[in-house]
Amino acid sequence: MFNLRRVILIGALITLVIFPATVLAEPITVNWWFAHGGRLGEKVQEIVANYNASQSQYKVVATYKGNYTDTMNAGIAAFRSKNPPHILQVFEVGTASMMAAKGAVKPVYEVMAESGLPFDPKVYLSTVTGYYTAPDGRMLSMPFNSSTPVLYYNLEAFKKAGLNPDKPPKTWTEVAEYSRKLVAAGYPGGFSTAWISWIHLENFSAWHNVPIGTKANGFGGMDTEFVFNSPLHVKHIQKLADWQKEKVFVYGGRRNKGNALFSSGQVAMYTESSAGYAGFKKTCKFPFRTSMLPYWPDAGAPQNTIIGGASLWVMQGHSAEEYKGVASFFNYLSKPEVQADWHQFTGYLPITHAAYELTKKQGFYEKNPGTETALIQMTMNNPTANSKGLRFGNFVQMRAIMYDTLESIFAEKQSAQQGLNDAVGKGNKLLRQFEKAYK
Amino acid sequence: MEKRVIFKNRVLPYLLVAPQIIITLVFFIWPAFMALYQSVQQEDPFGLKTTFVGLDNFAYIFTDAIYLNSIKVTMIFSFSVAVIAMSTALFLAAMADRVIRGATTYKTFIIWPYAVAPVAAAVLWYFLFNPTVGMISFFLKAIGIDWNFTLKGGQAMVLVILASAWRQISYNFLFFLAGLQAIPKSFIEAAAIDGASPAKRFWTIAFPLLSPTFFFLLVMNLVYAFCDTFGVIHAITEGGPNEATNIMVFKIYHDSFESLDLGGSAAQSVILMFIVIALTVIQFRYIERKVHY
Repeated sequence: MFNLRRVILIGALITLVIFPATVLAEPITVNWWFAHGGRLGEKVQEIVANYNASQSQYKVVATYKGNYTDTMNAGIAAFRSKNPPHILQVFEVGTASMMAAKGAVKPVYEVMAESGLPFDPKVYLSTVTGYYTAPDGRMLSMPFNSSTPVLYYNLEAFKKAGLNPDKPPKTWTEVAEYSRKLVAAGYPGGFSTAWISWIHLENFSAWHNVPIGTKANGFGGMDTEFVFNSPLHVKHIQKLADWQKEKVFVYGGRRNKGNALFSSGQVAMYTESSAGYAGFKKTCKFPFRTSMLPYWPDAGAPQNTIIGGASLWVMQGHSAEEYKGVASFFNYLSKPEVQADWHQFTGYLPITHAAYELTKKQGFYEKNPGTETALIQMTMNNPTANSKGLRFGNFVQMRAIMYDTLESIFAEKQSAQQGLNDAVGKGNKLLRQFEKAYK
Repeated sequence: MEKRVIFKNRVLPYLLVAPQIIITLVFFIWPAFMALYQSVQQEDPFGLKTTFVGLDNFAYIFTDAIYLNSIKVTMIFSFSVAVIAMSTALFLAAMADRVIRGATTYKTFIIWPYAVAPVAAAVLWYFLFNPTVGMISFFLKAIGIDWNFTLKGGQAMVLVILASAWRQISYNFLFFLAGLQAIPKSFIEAAAIDGASPAKRFWTIAFPLLSPTFFFLLVMNLVYAFCDTFGVIHAITEGGPNEATNIMVFKIYHDSFESLDLGGSAAQSVILMFIVIALTVIQFRYIERKVHY
């Protein structure tokens, strides 16, 4: 015969297994897919653990999905199989694709408004959020890790070449002069760069207040066209090509593959993301500092530089309760203490004014000279239509075209004028293709 | 009289081949049809809006200078890989075939690279030839070669060809050696008695008898160079500099997974698929028939 007690017990166990949430009132899970490996990834997990410990209603689960491209692809595949995460980290060049995917993403301003939690877009640095904001000023994604390019220079090499380490070069003319002195002092090269398209075409344009594309760099509509073949652009790229002959400039390869040129002391100056600071701290056996990105004095510079990095997008297809959890987590991420800690640990920019002030108050910049450079660059002027950021479809392909073009110019297969004209032509074709896919 | 095993049960044979058929359908046939389907669509990455565009994607890629360049690069790359990998392997096999003492040791070492994953091998080559920190580039610079494959397309091409061929040499070596050992010794001995030199014996007896192996390997190497060398390109050059090493399979990856252009990359993979199918057909229909065994 059945023992009634045992039946009840088994029934209770089954209920517990099938509907644990109803019995134990578990916190609501919010999934976040991110793209930081190594020490940065550990930092992300630390932030999440602190958030989970700070309250009991929601539980954020952060999962590493590989590099930026892998993470974005994982998110897209998950959306297509109707099982997307709540929060997806997407790099800045994926912004236009995410924005255009209206049925797949839920804009951050909407998430925040529906949650009823306090949210004031003005507390964020406008040069950071501008990249992720609709033309009407509404925030589409939450900036997370943003950086901007700065000039790194080798103090030891400066001393050897008789250059004043407290007077880093301000203009490109000075960079060339310094480089010649460095080469004369026996260094194999003057300067090199990482992320050449991001720094020497995209940021170059914002820094000199000239457009990369029409329609406010694409913010004003998908019918934008590239214009980075202006006389100023041509002059700069042609100079880089010419400087190779005197070893003033050395091309180090795509992405940040040239970093070893700087850390091994083969060039004494290097333009790279402010977020490269921690890496150089580890790999360089000599003291170095950062200063502002050089510019051409006769143009509109210095305006302000633009960002790179990634932001957090909220995906469609979840319940209102879960979105409330997302909003609560975003509020936590924006806290000055959390942001200041992230900024000081990684070299990425803080996203709020309060976090910037807090870091200043803590005396971080005095203890670590040069770390404020990126922020000064970003905030020194109010951004213009040319320096707010950029929003072009198919931009990942465009970056590849830019690399190809610059490489052929540096290999002297074509002049800067020819090369940039070509790249603009190819790029406009990509823009029209993107327009067609989304219209 | 032929001896055959005959299945009495009519269902059993189908059951036995079923796993293989299912695997082929799920992992090969179905994706191939999906690629065909995708290649006539224009779709955003999230699949929110799909439009039938007919052959627009094909029209686009065949007017795209980057794609046309990629075809040219693929041809140069693939044939160079095949020629280098096969000639080196044939040379090594001919030598190893004559070695008597320590033959196993030589063979083991020659086969070894095949065990190295293409990406791992590529990273190795990348570091050896890295213009900044590479050991070999250091020596190249010392003898006056301005080695910088990040800017010089020709050098980049040579490097990826060597890196891709290196691993394939082992594979080819195995087949050539087996082929050489299958040649009846009496042929070689007869020629030797007639006074033919080792080189003469090789070219007039061994080489023609190797022709089936030769053509089999040619097709295998071309297919390898077309499809499996993705990891090498990805780790060493990323298709650069200035598209000099942008082979078709890398461009497909780049356009679909990095650029999220699904229709365009599907069209490209359909083209690549047809090239590989054509190679296989040539292998089975014509070459195998004309080769004398």
